[in-house]
Amino acid sequence: MRYSALALAWNAVTGNRNWTPAWRDAAPRESYDVLVIGGGGHGLATAYYLAKEHGIANVAVLEKSWIGSGNAGRNTTIIRSNYLMQGNIPFYEWSMRLWESLEKDLNYNAMVSQRGVLNLCHSDVQRDAFARRGNAMRLNGVDADLLDRDQVRALVPYLDFDSARFPIHGGLMQRRGGTARHDAVVWGYARGADRRGVDIVQNCEVTGIRRENGRVTGVETTRGAVGAGKVALAVAGSSSRLAAMAGLRLPIESHVLQAFVSEGIKPLVHHVVTFGAGHFYISQSDKGGLVFGGDIDGYNSYAQRGNLPTVEDVCEGGMAMMPLIGRLRIVRSWGGLMDMSMDGSPIIDRTPVQGLYLNTGWCYGGFKATPASGWCFAHLIARDEPHPVAAAYRLDRFTTGALIDERGAGAQPNLH
Amino acid sequence: MRIACPHCGVRDVREFAYLGDATVTRPDPGAPDALARFIDYVYLRDNPAGAHHELWYHAAGCQAWLKVTRDTRTHDIAGVESLNERSLGGPEDGTP
Repeated sequence: MRYSALALAWNAVTGNRNWTPAWRDAAPRESYDVLVIGGGGHGLATAYYLAKEHGIANVAVLEKSWIGSGNAGRNTTIIRSNYLMQGNIPFYEWSMRLWESLEKDLNYNAMVSQRGVLNLCHSDVQRDAFARRGNAMRLNGVDADLLDRDQVRALVPYLDFDSARFPIHGGLMQRRGGTARHDAVVWGYARGADRRGVDIVQNCEVTGIRRENGRVTGVETTRGAVGAGKVALAVAGSSSRLAAMAGLRLPIESHVLQAFVSEGIKPLVHHVVTFGAGHFYISQSDKGGLVFGGDIDGYNSYAQRGNLPTVEDVCEGGMAMMPLIGRLRIVRSWGGLMDMSMDGSPIIDRTPVQGLYLNTGWCYGGFKATPASGWCFAHLIARDEPHPVAAAYRLDRFTTGALIDERGAGAQPNLH
Repeated sequence: MRIACPHCGVRDVREFAYLGDATVTRPDPGAPDALARFIDYVYLRDNPAGAHHELWYHAAGCQAWLKVTRDTRTHDIAGVESLNERSLGGPEDGTP
């Protein structure tokens, strides 16, 4: 069913009894051309673009739980392309462009809201660094505005501008950045892929990867064996576990990242705002809750829940930037598994096992990358060559030294 | 999460700093395959879902390095031992 104002009106007057499921709940067939492991945003986008851009529709997405139950439902929904490194900017800008046309492409309301992403700076040195990043963005055709203190104050008057410790000197604004509705992104891609013939198989956990003569031939799952010409991993925090089934060790550690939402209030935070003197970022959902987060907990974890010191650290960051937040109650917090790579940048590449493709290393920035990650991964799987904007995301960069260390923190995942 | 430091007793995790996997060993720089082994040492990790041997530094306490065995699925700590240079495992060739 195509969604439109007419369909909405027709279903409203007929009692909303005629809506059909947005995608089929498929059972796994014996074999496929391509198996995408992981029914999150990246996996579903990959399947969608395989079918739409490359005409490969004999594809199944295998998800161990329900689609969107992992990090796709645990992020803070921010989209932006305000990067500095040359290996990153073109990729994230391509993702931004895909976000801008996503809803029309998918015929699905993903609530993409380009409300602007504002990074605050608190010293002259930090302003210089922001000027450099803004210039790098502009050289690559990305919008960036360096704002002075008064311009920032006009946008976000509710912040603490005169904090003795962290006075706000200005900010770097990407007006095209913003937020999107995370669940709707997953559902939209699932529906789009399903309409093009992709099987979306839920409650189907991969337990083994079949290989013959160094070539992948399929997977073992909790719902039986499934054959495949190509197997593509898009499983974020579980990447190391899946790769180990094919005898691979990855430059990845899994860490937990927590996020929080406050009780709903009237519209207050009209942008995405990030604190420059600590790690804290905040936006307001359409329901009114303030959505915010900060650092990862900093130790290996598969628990999908974190500890109190990080909760305290995030709230301290919030209080330093925006003291009024202290009057609000936190109603929910949650944790997701971050596939922290050793240089803080992702991997979209082939593996030493023929026919096995890898999409991982998104650290805590995977949501904004969803469209381009799927686009570039599909390109790689279909053509066996990297997409130009993702060509730097190689698995062997840890051997060749061509790292993309956006943070400049070295090979320590808990510092990225 | 709390860690039972062998010297100071049970302490809150915020007293400790995390370094990561305790099973990786710095290779001998003179080995013929030293480059490949250093890449392995610096970048590649088992990253298990389950028991993980890891290094924690008691920064706000006795400043000892500890080897902690923790379940990464539950954060339950199965064991903590204090490290000295010998148990950190010096060069692979066994020389002190």
